[in-house]
Amino acid sequence: MTGTALLALVAAGSAFGAHRLTRARWTWRTPRTAIFLWQALGLAWGLASIGTLLGFGVAPYGQGVIGGVIRFFTDPHALSPIRVASVAAGLTFMLMLIAMLLAAIAGVVRARRRHRTLLALVAHGDPEMPGTLVLDHPAAAAYCVPGVRSPKVVVSAGTLKLLGPYELAAVLDHERAHVRERHDLVLLPFTSLRRIFPQARIITRTLDAVELLVEMAADDRARRHRPAKELATALLRFAAARPAPTPAGTLGVAGDALAAEASPILIRVRRLLAPAPLPRPLRGAMLAAATLVAVLPLILYAIPA
Amino acid sequence: MHSVKGLGELERTVMEVLWDRDNGATAREVGRALADDRDLAHTTVMTVLDRLAKKGFLVREREGRAWRYRPVATKEAYVAELMLGALNMTGDRDAALAHFARSVSGDEADLLRRALDEVEGT
Repeated sequence: MTGTALLALVAAGSAFGAHRLTRARWTWRTPRTAIFLWQALGLAWGLASIGTLLGFGVAPYGQGVIGGVIRFFTDPHALSPIRVASVAAGLTFMLMLIAMLLAAIAGVVRARRRHRTLLALVAHGDPEMPGTLVLDHPAAAAYCVPGVRSPKVVVSAGTLKLLGPYELAAVLDHERAHVRERHDLVLLPFTSLRRIFPQARIITRTLDAVELLVEMAADDRARRHRPAKELATALLRFAAARPAPTPAGTLGVAGDALAAEASPILIRVRRLLAPAPLPRPLRGAMLAAATLVAVLPLILYAIPA
Repeated sequence: MHSVKGLGELERTVMEVLWDRDNGATAREVGRALADDRDLAHTTVMTVLDRLAKKGFLVREREGRAWRYRPVATKEAYVAELMLGALNMTGDRDAALAHFARSVSGDEADLLRRALDEVEGT
């Protein structure tokens, strides 16, 4: 039973940790480590939640989660109805998470294939920017379509007009960093989770936080070979050029102070111009802690208690 | 046989021909329109048109013994569809694309313009 109690503790702890991490600011000083920590927390939360349900169900066998579930399939009658219900809930939850993740991946793959096909038909290359496609549209847009075989960086004609040559080069470096580091794969599980639980505030905020970290990681990469100021002004010029129509029924951000505090663009610009990376030993400690978080539920699955 | 890239390029060229015409075209007309640029076998043109129709970019109707092909949507409509996705206005994050920057509110845009002036002034 101790194992189950610990799993419940890990599930609650990782949810609480995620809650704290959505408000954390130190993560901006080491985006890559923070992304890894998010992945570890997500994995720990899923494994521990499933493990708690399964562990409670099969506790009477006294063989731990894995041993207990195996025994459950040969000898289910030894358990009371409430224990059986717990095992069933655990298995259902696990299968649901896996199925939803697969469905989300399939959806993404389909959306991307359509996007790629359309790009092949209407976007054109530019001899001065190999590997980059141009869309003839006056609005500003820059993004990447990831993929194993032929990842593409796409910019609109509006972007080319808006940005100076150095700013454009900085933006392209930023986008190529997304492609190289497969940030799409980083985002995929979090996007899927939000599809499964669209109402859960914590998951939406998690996705926002991870997206911001991914952008920061790409910013850091783009800054390696050129002045950070180029990317900073590109970011400001680019974002300021594309105000979204405020959706009906929502209020704009009240007051400049609040907006300045909450604007992801300004947050990114500030850390570009005044970087303060976390010291290496601290980063190492964070990595070790994240690894432990990810592995802990698996250990608890195995111990026969 | 063309390589995959060659085929994609060909599809694009064929779509351009059809987008330029009000009334669509038959395989023979497409082949004739492209004859100046490149010498294509009639069967190649037919294959490309058939592929594009299967992908949903063209509709076709009988004209005597041949098919007449028409684009389903204008080029501008497809560009607009891509841009909506790129501007993240489709409401979801379906393709999980990483955007350089999301759309911002009007207030935030003012703020960013002021910040830009500051940064450029330094």
